This record gives sequence, C-alpha cells and structure tokens, in this order.
Amino acid sequence: MDIERTQKRRIRPDTLSAILMVGPVTLVMVLLVAIPLIYVAAMSFCSIDEFYNVTSDLTMDNYVRLMDADYMRIYARSLFIAFVTTILCILIGYPFSYIIARTKSRRKKVLYMLVIIPFWTNSLIRIYGWRSFLGTNGWLNSLIIALHITDGPIDMLYRNGTTILGMVYCLIPFMILPLYTAIEKLDASLLEASYDLGAHPARTFLEVILPLTSGGIFSGSLMVFIPCLGYFFVSDILGGGNSDMIGNLIERQFQSGNNWPLGAALSIVLILLTLILVKIYQRLGGDMDALGV
Amino acid sequence: MKNIVEIEGVNKIYGTNHVVRNMNLSVGEGEFLTLLGSSGCGKTTTLRMIAGFEEPTSGSIRVEGEPIEEKEPYERNVNTVFQSYALFPHKTIYDNIAYGLKMKKVPKAEIKERVAEMMEMVQLGGFEKRYPSQLSGGQKQRVAIARALINRPRVLLLDEPLGALDLKLRKQMQIELKRLQKKLNITFIYVTHDQEEALTMSDRIAVMHDGVIDQLGTPTEIYEHPATRFVATFIGETNTYDGCISSITDGVAVMTLENGIVSVACPDDFSILEYATVSVRPEKMRFSSSPVEGFGLQAQVKDYIYVGSVLKCIVSLPNGNELKIERLAGQELPPVGSRCYPYWIPSDAVLIHNESHYIFEALNDIRLA
Repeated sequence: MDIERTQKRRIRPDTLSAILMVGPVTLVMVLLVAIPLIYVAAMSFCSIDEFYNVTSDLTMDNYVRLMDADYMRIYARSLFIAFVTTILCILIGYPFSYIIARTKSRRKKVLYMLVIIPFWTNSLIRIYGWRSFLGTNGWLNSLIIALHITDGPIDMLYRNGTTILGMVYCLIPFMILPLYTAIEKLDASLLEASYDLGAHPARTFLEVILPLTSGGIFSGSLMVFIPCLGYFFVSDILGGGNSDMIGNLIERQFQSGNNWPLGAALSIVLILLTLILVKIYQRLGGDMDALGV
Repeated sequence: MKNIVEIEGVNKIYGTNHVVRNMNLSVGEGEFLTLLGSSGCGKTTTLRMIAGFEEPTSGSIRVEGEPIEEKEPYERNVNTVFQSYALFPHKTIYDNIAYGLKMKKVPKAEIKERVAEMMEMVQLGGFEKRYPSQLSGGQKQRVAIARALINRPRVLLLDEPLGALDLKLRKQMQIELKRLQKKLNITFIYVTHDQEEALTMSDRIAVMHDGVIDQLGTPTEIYEHPATRFVATFIGETNTYDGCISSITDGVAVMTLENGIVSVACPDDFSILEYATVSVRPEKMRFSSSPVEGFGLQAQVKDYIYVGSVLKCIVSLPNGNELKIERLAGQELPPVGSRCYPYWIPSDAVLIHNESHYIFEALNDIRLA
C-alpha cells in the first residue's frame, strides 16, 4: 500500500507536465480537426427541406444518391486524371530530381529554387495564368498564328488534357521534393560499386538506383494523387466543366447547389478513399514520416 | 615479373589543390603493394584513378597494358573493395556476391556454384539469405571482399578495408587477406594509413606524403633505411637528430649536434659540412654509465615505462629534447635521475639528407644569382 501511494505521488507531477506539453496540441487538433470532421460526418446523414435548409431528419438518402451513374462516371474520371497526373509527375519529376540531387555545382541551388519559388505565388493565380496563355486569344495561339503554323486558333482549353496539364503543373513539387530527398540520400559509393562490378549505367539504374529510391516514388505518388482528387479549381478553370472531378462535385453542393448534406456525404467518401490509399501505401512498406515533407 | 599496372607522370589537381604530384609507379603481377600515408596524402585519389572513378589531370595510367581512358569502369578487369563496404542494402548476401557474375551473364548454375565456393572461402556459409544490415562489421567486410574476388579480377584495389574493424578482428583479417591473395595470386593494391598493417602484409610499400611517393621499397628497406625524415618518423618510432657532418673516416661520419657529437655510418652521397638528420630506432639505442668513444651526448634518465616484453626508457638531453630507448625487460638499468651516456653502433643509425637544408641552399642560390 505504502509503495503504491508513493508511486502515485511521484506520478502526479509527471502527468501534470505531460498535460501541459501535449494539452495545447490536443486542444488545437480537437477544435480544428476532430470537431469539424464529426460535424461533416453528422451533416452527411441530415436532409434538407424545400427551402434548402438543413434539417435533422436522419437519412441515408445522400449516400444512396452517390451511387448514381452520373456520379460514378465522375469518380472514374477523377481517378483517371489523378492516375495520369501521378504517372506524368513521376516521368518528369524523376529525371529533374536526379539532376538536382546529383549536381555538385552552384546550379543545384538555382534548380531547387525553380521548384520552390512557384510555391510562393497563389496557385489559383498561376492557373489563371495558364488559361490566358492557352486561351483562343492567348499568347500561345497568337504566336502560332503569327508564325503561320495554322490559320485559326487551336482550341486548347476545356479538355481533360488541359486539366491534367494544370494538375501536373501544380502538384509536381510534391513529387520532386520526396524524390530529391530519396536520391540525395543514395550513397554514391553504391553506384561506383555497381559500375565496378560490371553494370552499365542503365543496369545500375534498374538494379540499384530505382529500388533504393522507390520509397520516394511511393510517397511522392501519394502526395500527388490525393490532392489531385480535390483540386477543384484546376478542373474548374482549365477544364471548364468538361472534366469535373470529385472536388468539383463537393464544391458545387456547398455553393450553387446549396445541398450541404449531399456535399458532406461526398466529402466523407473522399476522406475514406484517401484513407484507403494511405493504408495501401503503408501495406507496401511506405514510410509515414516521408509524407510529412 | 611483368608489370600489370603502370602509372607514368600522373598529376591530379582539384581546383588549386595539387593532390597527386608527378607520380611514377609500376605494380607487378601477383604483387601486394601498399600505398601508405596519412589522410590527405593522395593515396585514395591514386587508387580511384586506377579504378577509373577519377581521371588524371595529366599523365597516363595503364592496366594490363591498356590506357584506362579507353575503358569505362564497368568494362575493366579491376575490382574495388570500398572503405564503407558499399554493399547493396536491398539485396541479400547471396545477391550481393553474385552481382558481378550476373552482370557478366554467367549461367545461373555456375553463379550458384561460384558463390557457394566464395562464401566458403571467406567463412560466410549459411548467410546467403541475410541482408547487409543483419551482419556485423567483420562479416560485411568479408562480403565486400567476396563480392570483388568472385569476378577473378587481375587487380584488386582495397581502400582502407579494415579501417572500421576493432584491433583484434583487424589483425585476424590482415592474415586472412594475405592468405587469400597468395592463394588466388591476384595483384592487390592496398591503401592504408596504418604503418603496422602495411609492414605486416605488403610485398612493397609506397610511402606517400603530400602527393609524392617519398619512398618505394620492401617493408625491411622502408623500416631500416628510411629515405626521408618523413618516412623515418611515420613508420615506427624513432629518435631524430639534426646536425652537421664534421668529419668522415672509413665510412663513419662524426656529426656535431646541439648537444654534442655522434657517430653514424655514412653512405657515399654525403659530404663534409653537409647538414643532415640521423634517425635511430629506440631498440637500437643503448646507454652507458661512462662516456663512449665517438659520442658526446650526456643525458639524465627521466622515466621507465613498462610495456610487457620491453621497457621504454625516456632520457632527456640538456636542451630539453627527450629520447626514447627500448630495453628488454629484466636488464639492469641505471636508476631514475642518474646521468647516462646514450650511444649506438654507428651502422645501426641511418643518415638522411636534410630536405629543409636543400630548400635553404636553393634559396641562397637564388639570392646569389
């Protein structure tokens, strides 16, 4: 009994300091993450009256409506666009990251800044920039006409391709940064050892470089794929309604559609989809810390 | 003996840093050659140039008679054991060792046989399915050696391969490496900063200092007849004295030092009034209780240090310089604090040209001209 009491007394100050240290973070997390999430989850089971006011009649209707074929087509398109975007980001990002990570000269900093600087400008503005660049009266078309390559302007906007272009443009830094970290960590003597043992550069890439940087490809892919599903403004501005994605559906329900419960149900579906992808990533041996770049 | 590696007039310059200066070196077939020197002396750079990872700024390197510029590292019959081992962390021990053969498209059955044989040779049987992270330092070292040797290279380059091992393991691996080298009759070019390791293993040693080979010779030559002051002090313990040759009679020079005169065996290329350095190993030093002919050093016994088989004696000269003298334990010795007369048999001491004196002379010539 005595021992137990002294132990309790000794534990108390520790518990207090633990609460003081962890408390504020927990409070912020509860207020800004947990409560809004519960609110959205609860909202997804609510219904609306004829004036579009949210009522507390609990229903599964919102989720049933999501099974609609039109919605299904948009989910499929979202996954398709996100998939193509991720593949393109790997194909463009890998060689670029490799060059930055392996360059020894001062150019390294310049190249790195080229990736970072666009981060400092609002991505919405940059996407509008692309629209005026690609539009029928845009710079690119003016140039093409001035050079007499075609007679009239080419219709470049409002296609799936334009949306993918915008997505790749916005999200490629999220691919390059984890790839850069992975390639930078690669021990140069491993490459020398591979050459020394008779492997050509291409063989060395497949046998040594690629397997040892696959972690970076994994985490980069996840960090491109997931935001891609939700970047509604890109498909809105560059896709012009022709390449709607899940993000657009959610945005529309909360704005013009004014059907918050349906928007909430869509959000929950997107969150679940994301969780499944993260789970797969973990199963494949992905490092969770690598996602915190 | 045919030369398998030939280095001619090689220089390597990084920016303003002249790392290897005008190097000439030939390595014979089946020879164990060590490049010995402190860090930054250019030994690793030399090895990397032979491996083909670095290009000489000027000069030529030929391996098996072929200039290295003509072949990429992955096309050559040379393998390297890296200082950090550089084992592939994502491959098993079996796949690590089989890597070189796989790249050469050797049939699978033969790979299996040769890997098994190699793993037996380095005493790693049963470790096939493990990953490098599951091995100890000594085991990783064996894998690195097996991975290089399995390709049956003509030349094996080893960059401080035992640097990360503890003393006992290092001694054991030194003997094993030497045994492997003899058995397989492969040329080893071995880089180390450990003089004892170099003396134990090598057929010849190239002592490097500031990008230059100070001396090239067998371990005995290097130890007993150091060519420069650096070699004398770098290899083993020694006592050095600077002084001026005052007379030469019958091949024995009498030198005047700050603290008195000494006698040294004198090769033909030294002359009267030349400034030179004498190097005497502690085990060749003697002391007497009365003055010895040809020696005028007087010293005081300061301390005895017992190190097992021998007793190290520290004596100090009037100017404060200390000398190390080694005696077999159990001999009768003067007590601490007493006066003694250090001496040696003239042929046990080595006379070395004083490089700083040459520089002084050169400067004088310039001034006169």
